[in-house]
Amino acid sequence: MWAYIVRRLFIGVALLLALTLVTFVLFFASPVDPARYACGKNCSEQQRDQARAALGYDKPVYEQWGLFMKGVVAGRDFPADEELRAAAPEVVTHCAAPCLGYSHLNSSTVNDLVKEAAPVSISLALVALVMWLVGGVLFGILAAVFKGSFIDRGIVGLTLVAYAFPTFFIAVFFLKYFAVKWELWPYPTYVSLADGGLASWLGNLIVPAFTLALVFMAGYVRMTRAFMLESMTEDYIRTAKAKGLKQRKVLFKHGLRAALTPLVTMTGLDFATLLGGAIITESVFAYPGLGLLTVQASDAWDLPTVIGVVVLAGSFVILMNIIVDISYAFIDPRVRLG
Amino acid sequence: MTAPLTPESALESHFVDEDQPEPDGSGPIVSKSPGQLARARFLKDKLSMVALVIVVLYVLAAISAPLLVKVGFLDPYATNQDLLNEFQLPIGAWGGISGDHWLGVEPGVGRDVLSRVWYGISFSLAISLTATVIAVLIGVSLGIVSGASGGWVDAIIGRAIDLTLAFPQTLMLLALSTVAVAFITETLGVPEGNPAQALYVVTVLGLFGWTGVARIVRGQVLSLREREFVAASQMMGASKFRLYFREILPNLWAPILVTFTLIMPAFVSAEAALAFLQVSIKQPTPTLGNVLSDSLRFAENDPVYFFVPAILIALIVVSFNLLGDGLRDALDPKGHQ
Repeated sequence: MWAYIVRRLFIGVALLLALTLVTFVLFFASPVDPARYACGKNCSEQQRDQARAALGYDKPVYEQWGLFMKGVVAGRDFPADEELRAAAPEVVTHCAAPCLGYSHLNSSTVNDLVKEAAPVSISLALVALVMWLVGGVLFGILAAVFKGSFIDRGIVGLTLVAYAFPTFFIAVFFLKYFAVKWELWPYPTYVSLADGGLASWLGNLIVPAFTLALVFMAGYVRMTRAFMLESMTEDYIRTAKAKGLKQRKVLFKHGLRAALTPLVTMTGLDFATLLGGAIITESVFAYPGLGLLTVQASDAWDLPTVIGVVVLAGSFVILMNIIVDISYAFIDPRVRLG
Repeated sequence: MTAPLTPESALESHFVDEDQPEPDGSGPIVSKSPGQLARARFLKDKLSMVALVIVVLYVLAAISAPLLVKVGFLDPYATNQDLLNEFQLPIGAWGGISGDHWLGVEPGVGRDVLSRVWYGISFSLAISLTATVIAVLIGVSLGIVSGASGGWVDAIIGRAIDLTLAFPQTLMLLALSTVAVAFITETLGVPEGNPAQALYVVTVLGLFGWTGVARIVRGQVLSLREREFVAASQMMGASKFRLYFREILPNLWAPILVTFTLIMPAFVSAEAALAFLQVSIKQPTPTLGNVLSDSLRFAENDPVYFFVPAILIALIVVSFNLLGDGLRDALDPKGHQ
């Protein structure tokens, strides 16, 4: 078991290194001067040179990658200049490990930007997760129980249709029609848990989170339905029915169990992906999460922020993969032997 | 995912197929090949047939649009300021629907909406088709090599899949666009503007979208490589290339067809999302995605213009998905019982 966990962690670290390296190569292989991106669109020649020196863009790509990795492990100073720090410590920003870089444009470390944006993305992801999981599993079971009937077709069809409309269309529809035109719901704006309390936080999250949940609902309905149908033909279900258990108990306690492992895997990975920011939903609703942060950074050519968020979001997924794999190994011994 | 198409399961379905005459002497027992059975099952599936018809209609629309533009039946670029009121909104009910403009005119400049979306289908389908072909080519090649050779090759491809999935896709597509389009125009010499943009979109969609195909194909190959024909061909000294692509590949057409049909709609949606993020082909050239994202500005004032492209996107996405499901059910007798 321990050997498996160590091996899995080792692969995870290797993947993380590869992720950052590939990101660096992708962004620096272009013929465009990276300092131009890092410094923003409206940047004078002089500022650009400053940015280049401060961010180390005059060095080759692999060296910059090394610096970035050093920052992640041990922290970094911007600009990394011993003399400057001795002379004027106030202009040097220290970025503690795990340092994701320094946004010249915002005059702030990427960590600080992330710290501000992450709670929004996490809130959105959490509420959406609860919605699509509860909805997906319940509707999936319902569809399986009434297999082939009107109800089954309706559930599977409706969730497919909801999935088929582009997310930004649904988001704008909710905003412009539900909130503005028909005034069925107050215009949602992000209110943090600390500022507005639970009710305000949740109330404002419901519409964007529902938009997001619709994207995932269809997949979860289909998967739950398929696994339920498979497990409901098993002998142990017949036994459970024969010994007179209530339908509800048969479904939730015995039938659903078989679908649980793949559901947990899928949920974990989808959740990890969302933690990196729901770009489209956050853009339409103007929720200042990681997704909107990257959109703005990308529009303003703020390269360090983009790279920082890409690496962060990628590590969420890699980490979640490791967690899922290791929990699999606990459940099913065949995994760690194979 | 798709269960393996083993001969046992094909045989099983032989016994359960309702089309078979009862062997009570009332008629001759007709034997059918698995392919014939699959076709019969598919033709009987009404929903899939409807989906197929819609997909065919879209494809016809996509092919005919450039011709109709040339002939002058469709005109996606002509502006009609005279059809707009002082708020730049179309005059008349339902977004200015009239005999000349069947789906009304666009607010702002007054271009014909029918022409925009009809022509837009061409570009949207061309983009998603090209991206799907790229994704399937990469996925199938790597899946076969991974499944058939095993060992460290398999491990490396497996890690490559993990790495590709770890990248936040939408974020990468958005963030890379400036850098990559600069690379495409300056290094590869592709003309600036929409050609470069289109090349970028199909390449990145393909490069990020192959993992699912690779996993499915690998799984199929794992079961195929234990079969006698593979051993026979190896014994006769077939090269690896021949073994992979001449012996194993032809047995994979069914799962490849199904995944193809299921990736297409995902890429139609992806194009729309990218158009919203200003990364796809840009106006005035229409795609379903950029027409829809243009219509957002008029969402509450011109519902027809807002809903038409959205419904067209949803319809093709639903149809492709239903078609893919239908094909899978028809081609996979195990799942059909």
